[in-house]
Amino acid sequence: MGDGGPAAARSPEGGRRLDRTPGAPTPILLVEDLRKSYGTIAAVDGIRFHVAPGEIVGLLGPNGAGKTTTINMILGVLSPTSGAIRVDGLDLARRRCEALQRTNFAAVYAPLPGNLTVSQNLRVFGLLYGVRDVGARVEALLAELDLRAFRDTKTGVLSSGEQTRVSLAKAMLNRPRLLLLDEPTASLDPAIARDLRGRIRGVAEREAQGVLWTSHNMREVEEVCDRVLFLSHGRILLEGDPRTLPGEHGRATLEDLFIAVAREPLALEHA
Amino acid sequence: MIALRPRRVAAIVLRQGFLLRGSPARFLPLFAWVAIDIVLWGFITRYLNAVASPAVDFVPLLLGAVLLWDFFARVMHGVTMAFFEDVWSRNFLNVFAAPITTAEYVAGLVLSAVLTSAIGLAVMVVLATAAFGLSFVGYGVAIVPALLILFLFGIALGILGCAIVLRLGPAAEWLIWPIPAVLSPFVGVFYPISTLPRWMQAFSWALAPSYVFEAMRALAAGTPVSWGSLGWGALLATASIVLAGWGFARVYRHAVRTGLVARYSAETVS
Repeated sequence: MGDGGPAAARSPEGGRRLDRTPGAPTPILLVEDLRKSYGTIAAVDGIRFHVAPGEIVGLLGPNGAGKTTTINMILGVLSPTSGAIRVDGLDLARRRCEALQRTNFAAVYAPLPGNLTVSQNLRVFGLLYGVRDVGARVEALLAELDLRAFRDTKTGVLSSGEQTRVSLAKAMLNRPRLLLLDEPTASLDPAIARDLRGRIRGVAEREAQGVLWTSHNMREVEEVCDRVLFLSHGRILLEGDPRTLPGEHGRATLEDLFIAVAREPLALEHA
Repeated sequence: MIALRPRRVAAIVLRQGFLLRGSPARFLPLFAWVAIDIVLWGFITRYLNAVASPAVDFVPLLLGAVLLWDFFARVMHGVTMAFFEDVWSRNFLNVFAAPITTAEYVAGLVLSAVLTSAIGLAVMVVLATAAFGLSFVGYGVAIVPALLILFLFGIALGILGCAIVLRLGPAAEWLIWPIPAVLSPFVGVFYPISTLPRWMQAFSWALAPSYVFEAMRALAAGTPVSWGSLGWGALLATASIVLAGWGFARVYRHAVRTGLVARYSAETVS
């Protein structure tokens, strides 16, 4: 699939056209002309993108750009005004449960219920996601994310970093083909954040997961993402390799480019 | 026919089980308040039997009615309590982004209510029979459809309550708790429907429990029960469930369209 970047083609409406390479593997996530309007306001304005197997794509943009709205639509908790979402080739609108069976997510604003213990939460969500041999899978994830000491601790009394790890454990329960991470390391100290990035990267490569990752930490994005999409006012403004994209647009760093997108989106759109 | 996946339904029940197991504050109310009600009305009926005509036995008339009404209220609150757990823990995004259908979710709430209301019913029956001599033999087989109608109506009102809270926001739970108390004057728990003014009677005959309490009073008075009337009550209760389920599905679709599920705590009522 042609990923845009500086050379990405534009459709007559100004959106980016998806030029998928013939013979390329089916994308884990395919978003086509996705739009969400509230009255006359377009929160997401006809975006198109994909996430390939084993690829980590950064969804970047200032507050209110439409990132969380996009993620909510991919999670099936917000219906699009128009457009289509395919997860592992399954149309989310028509085969919601099958598509969500292959998806999972972690977000700072969606902690797991604090009144259940860590293992209880993971068992409940394991059943919801149809995980086989839930007990063994929960134990494996508790070990993988260093949560064994908190197995019988109420989730609500954990530190925010520990809760983030519990959310990540829940997000990995069903070995999702598509993993959505909305600022997954926002509340973690740098050491744990780096460690988690490495683990997620490893899982994505090992299990050929597609990962859609939002973050305001541009160094993190450079470290972990294969490709980034810059969203502004509900539209994808830029797309490309986070390590080369700043230079292509005359900026020294990804953070400089982010700030430019936030402050002068029109200048970049017409560049 | 809607296909329900048992594991997803079981997830909702298991969650409720974990919460009840680890929380006396949740477990005690399953039977404590209804037990107090039975004790209170048990003594009231004992007093009334002592001062009133010996021809009237208030135990099946009043204590039996209280037991049935409390059973209905426990069923309804069983459904709404299970739903409120997701409200209180701000868990909608996690649950509704999972591969569960609304039918499976509601089935999980209903099954949770079956289990929790069974505990309340068992405690009430033991207390009412052992301490106050309430006998279900007098009711005969009519007790089975009576319980079934009240159960179905409780489920229907529980689902309706969930829909109201989903639509109006967390604070709307205060509209849900008193629903049984609001309905009790209309359904004639303690008196015949004919006691009510005509406009109230019109409302009463649209509510399934009215047929149950009329039948129970007839049995307590030694007159034959009207099976047709109980059948009508069952039909109304079933229709109530269908309507409530339709209402919940409609509210859920609205919530998905407007983003209310994702930002539920914002209480964006419009």
